[in-house]
Amino acid sequence: MDKISVLVLAFTSIVIVNNLVLTKFLGICPYLGVSGRIDMAFGMGMAVTFVITLAGCLTWLIDHLILVPYGLEITRYVCYILVIAGAVQLVEMYLRKFFPPLYESFGIFLPLITTNCAILGLCLFLNVWNVDNFPLAAVLSFGAGIGFTLAICIMAGIREQLNFSDVPAALRGAPITLITAGIMTMAFMGFAGMIK
Amino acid sequence: MAANSMTAKQAVVGGLWTEVPVLRLVLGMCPTLAVTASVKPALTMGLSVLFVLFCSNIVVSLMRNLLKPHLRILMFTLTIATFVTIADLFLKAFMPEMSEVLGPYVGLIIVNCIIIARAEACASKNGIFISAVDAISMGVGFTIVLCLLASVRELISAGTIFGVQIMWKSFVPWVAMSLPVGAFITLGLMLGLVNLLTGKKS
Repeated sequence: MDKISVLVLAFTSIVIVNNLVLTKFLGICPYLGVSGRIDMAFGMGMAVTFVITLAGCLTWLIDHLILVPYGLEITRYVCYILVIAGAVQLVEMYLRKFFPPLYESFGIFLPLITTNCAILGLCLFLNVWNVDNFPLAAVLSFGAGIGFTLAICIMAGIREQLNFSDVPAALRGAPITLITAGIMTMAFMGFAGMIK
Repeated sequence: MAANSMTAKQAVVGGLWTEVPVLRLVLGMCPTLAVTASVKPALTMGLSVLFVLFCSNIVVSLMRNLLKPHLRILMFTLTIATFVTIADLFLKAFMPEMSEVLGPYVGLIIVNCIIIARAEACASKNGIFISAVDAISMGVGFTIVLCLLASVRELISAGTIFGVQIMWKSFVPWVAMSLPVGAFITLGLMLGLVNLLTGKKS
């Protein structure tokens, strides 16, 4: 029971309180780039969730079963980036075979998931937070993906509305998106008191 | 910048003004937002990026004729990861407290879009000299933008720049500027200002 409550707390914490996009500034590029339409944002969120869960679990296992016991921490970055690139290739092949229309609509953004900082960032944060059991690592990785999806979908919803509002010319595009993100972050800061 | 060759002058002007990373290309946002709460980490981050960009651009330029198209992104990221490891270990050895402040964001230089974009757009098409010049001008442009943003945020959130008191005594610091909120809003307004100055319509 105790273990389950820890996992539930960890999940809530990474989705809402420590949302990677809004409090750790990870994955900002797709957050600004793909958040134009809500359906694409959701698809992107799902793809990222899959890759981040796979990458988070695999890198945690590699870290604790291979790198740390054999004292190879120095190759950590190189190993991580290889795992992530492999996972993205897998998603790409899967989508091309089973969901060709979705694959077409992603275009260049799909391989760019490799360079999505949220994914590498989460793998590195698992280290910083000293996550020491596998279920926790898995829940945190999955939660991080859900948090990303949540943030990017809310943003896409706001931006669909923004298209109809009268934004000063100089602020159109990226600037107003950043300012909106700032205000959203402020709203999410309200959750910070929920969990230590 | 899709042209197959460019001159050194183009590279310098591009990096420092017409294509300043962050502001014009809107690339490399994550470290920009994360490390600019005060000037010192911003400067360290800028210089680390400059180092990694310089080394990886040269290596990519050297091996550009050997690259297979479908493997090139992997080769780029592996090259970059190697140099980031060097930078990370250097910071850990000589500036441990700074390495503590930057935390995982040093490792995240690997996925900094600026570096991959330069490897793709410049180094994989040009010779060593041009690639080196391009890397230096892009890196310096990035560092300047980072420091500017950090100065604004540090000045408002603590009244200091580089830890030196600048604002008058009765100044009430606005702490929100050092939090994520301040990062997003300052950068948004800065981008707006640049658009206003250059008259760009987007």
